[in-house]
Amino acid sequence: MVAIRIIPCLDVKDGRVVKGVHFENIVEAGDPVEHADFYSRENADELVFLDISATIEGRKTMVDVVKKVSEVVFIPMTVGGGIKSLQDIEDILKAGADKISINTSAVKTPDLIKEGSKKFGSQCIVVAIDAKKTAENQWEVYIESGKTPTGIDAVEWAKKVEGLGAGEILLTSIDMDGTQKGYDVPLTRKVSDSVRLPVIASGGAGTLEHLSEVIKEGRASAVLLASLLHFRKYTIAQIKDYIKKVGIEVR
Amino acid sequence: MTGIINYGAGNIHSVQSAVNFCGEKSFVIQNPDDLKKADRLILPGVGSFADGMKNLRVSRMIEPLLEMIKNGKPFLGICLGLQLLFSHSEEGDCEGLGLIKGNVKRFSFEDTSLRIPHMGWNCIRITDHTEPLFNGISDNQYFYFAHSYYPEPSDSSVTVGTTLYGTEFPSAIKKENLVGVQFHPEKSGEYGIRFVKNFLEGKWLR
Repeated sequence: MVAIRIIPCLDVKDGRVVKGVHFENIVEAGDPVEHADFYSRENADELVFLDISATIEGRKTMVDVVKKVSEVVFIPMTVGGGIKSLQDIEDILKAGADKISINTSAVKTPDLIKEGSKKFGSQCIVVAIDAKKTAENQWEVYIESGKTPTGIDAVEWAKKVEGLGAGEILLTSIDMDGTQKGYDVPLTRKVSDSVRLPVIASGGAGTLEHLSEVIKEGRASAVLLASLLHFRKYTIAQIKDYIKKVGIEVR
Repeated sequence: MTGIINYGAGNIHSVQSAVNFCGEKSFVIQNPDDLKKADRLILPGVGSFADGMKNLRVSRMIEPLLEMIKNGKPFLGICLGLQLLFSHSEEGDCEGLGLIKGNVKRFSFEDTSLRIPHMGWNCIRITDHTEPLFNGISDNQYFYFAHSYYPEPSDSSVTVGTTLYGTEFPSAIKKENLVGVQFHPEKSGEYGIRFVKNFLEGKWLR
């Protein structure tokens, strides 16, 4: 059966990989092709590039980054950040990405999900949901890098994007992101149980147990990892050995 | 030289990169006349079945493509590019190229732990271990999938590899000079590249 995916997330600014903690502090870290190649050799199942460039020029660089990476790295690649139109989606996919991820623009123009999945296929439209806990068993969708509350219920939003044609949900807990204290398992579980789409869990991984927890109890299909991998706390091989040992299929 | 058919529905760049990585020359086919210049053809494809057929029709590729295939030109269809070879798809209730008799069906499971789309790395069970397309690839090796529909040929003898996802479905198909795969070899790491190389080498043509 299909293996659980371990997905490193690389934040890119103006064509260079940087690293974000709590969405804001940024430290310079390197060349996207080198990073991608490194993780591919480490047996990563997929890569996510998050473009955090603030300028149009910076964003244009992302297309070149994708092109260069896809010439030497042959694993699936998702690109998110600043994608606003069908043309943006097309440019990124044509450059060699397999999926695009939309967050703020999905909330502002839900039609982009519908049109995008119709034109390019559901399998390449990932909707990223940044959710913050507001009460017991309740989470609110935030946009603009987790800064702006929307008043939208995260679980309802997940169901809605499935109906609009999204192919996957990338679910980040704003509360847990950067804390290394574990995923928001109840959030992941609630969203996973509300849709048929694969759910990628993100935000809060600090130990190997956190990963098996969000896969088994949260029913995540994949985990997105940044600092845990970037700071070499664990290698992908160590992660896969562990989750295999606890009975989860890995590649 | 390998021609990669651009009909507006494919991830051309990745497929071309994989072919180039194998040390083979490639070019993108933009119009029907280019089809003749290729020694072998690759039809990539993402998106919906109906749009794929429409794009092929609008690009006036269908008839020359059918003729090339009939004349024995080696052909590889990837993902939607495989599905389009079939007679019919449930997706949009649409007729395909009809080169392989059968249907393309949507996954449908009671078990909610089986997510749709089928997304990620899954194993290929090789049905014929002498098949040159799988040279250097062991049984149950992982390949990358991203799809909600799967092919169901009327004649099961065209199946050379299968994959288990709720149901056992044909994930690699071969019929004379036609090869079709539901997985993405261009995104399946070193074994994906090996598969592309095996296709390009052509030993599977017998």
